[in-house]
Amino acid sequence: MDIVRTFFNWPVLVDSLPLLLTGLWVTIQLGVASIVAGLILGLVVALLRMYGPKPVAVIAKIYIDIFRSIPILVLLILVYYALPFVGIRLSSFWAAWTALTLVSGAYTAEIFRAGIEAIPKGQFEASQALGLSSRHMMVDVVLPQAIRIVIPPLTNNCINVIKDTALASVVAMPDLLKQATQAQALAANPTPLIGAALIYIILLWPLVALVARLETRFKRGVR
Amino acid sequence: MAPYISLKGVSKSYDKFLALDNVDLEVAAGEVVCIIGPSGSGKSTLVRCVNLLEQYGPGEITVGGIPVCAGKNLAAVRAEVGMVFQSFNLFPHLTVKRNVMLAPMRTRKLDEATADARAMALLKRVGIAEQADKYPGQLSGGQQQRVAIARTLAMEPKALLFDEPTSALDPEMVGEVLDVMRGLAHTGVTMIVVTHEMGFARQVADRVIVMDGGRIIEAGTPAEVFDRPSQQRTQDFLKAVLSH
Repeated sequence: MDIVRTFFNWPVLVDSLPLLLTGLWVTIQLGVASIVAGLILGLVVALLRMYGPKPVAVIAKIYIDIFRSIPILVLLILVYYALPFVGIRLSSFWAAWTALTLVSGAYTAEIFRAGIEAIPKGQFEASQALGLSSRHMMVDVVLPQAIRIVIPPLTNNCINVIKDTALASVVAMPDLLKQATQAQALAANPTPLIGAALIYIILLWPLVALVARLETRFKRGVR
Repeated sequence: MAPYISLKGVSKSYDKFLALDNVDLEVAAGEVVCIIGPSGSGKSTLVRCVNLLEQYGPGEITVGGIPVCAGKNLAAVRAEVGMVFQSFNLFPHLTVKRNVMLAPMRTRKLDEATADARAMALLKRVGIAEQADKYPGQLSGGQQQRVAIARTLAMEPKALLFDEPTSALDPEMVGEVLDVMRGLAHTGVTMIVVTHEMGFARQVADRVIVMDGGRIIEAGTPAEVFDRPSQQRTQDFLKAVLSH
């Protein structure tokens, strides 16, 4: 019974739930904002890397490599604690958003590049032979086909971004994990932490299942 | 009269391999030219240079007097010159009708209704109007290639380039595609057809060109090339393809 009272204490959980839910809301806001910005950034970087003039393409490649190499926690601490020394002072939310977006953008760029490169050369040639401009070739022919290929890995990336939002608790952002540790301290009981873990799982399990389903569906070659 | 398509001293090399070796060719407006020759002889490379799907050099290609080179002229050339590919290259995410409508709506700024009507007329012309709302993947190879021809015609090109249009087809579907091409010949559109269909070349071409090793080794009327070839290599090639 001690284990139940310690880790699954119902009254403690009920008491801490409002706090956990405000934390969840912050987590979702940060996750969605970072995912959307990372998608846009990633698409732009992928296109610059593949079709930009040489120097721009090189810069895009360096960007991708750097931000895939740096641990997000290190980047976050740099943004939050180091940037103020050069006068850039971001709130914990926007510091976390910046770090997550920069990293997600790098991964997303590689996903988009793989998706575009998977489109057969004949699709590009047919578009060009028809006189479509580069913009129309991408928007009407290449990207709609690439999107289907990149949806499973992009969803995977979304899961990672949402998970990585928990790192923001390190810079005192009141996200789900931060609220849970606070509630744990207040109640002197670890149940809120268990609650937070369960909420993360409930939030992300459907996405994980979705990726698995999409992957089998696309493997069957639905075009 | 000035030729509609003109190649002057055109060469093209991949690394060390010379795919086109100083090719001269003039094609009059409305003329149907068939290019034959062994694989690797540069036939496809030649037609792909005409709309700059392949970069070439040295040499000069003009279409309707416009030099074919990268830059703002290129859009003008590509708008005039349609191409039909061996592998169809239809857009798999669009319906048959949308495949035909896309380019005119984007480059000629046709409105939806006009593009739709024109697409349906063209699909009727190639005999697949009833498949308009299907996706390319649901069609046979022969039907797909006919859609590809309709898609090209939707841009109202002055010239059509065919790059082995029947080579990827099952034998029983070759005829339906050749029939559509036969219907286009001598309607005013200039045609350059890279093909292995000797019967089609003999019957439809105004002029047959034989390529080997990146050069044009023989050119003439179908009767001249098929019945009285002057080059030993032409004779060998024809013997090889006509013997089976």
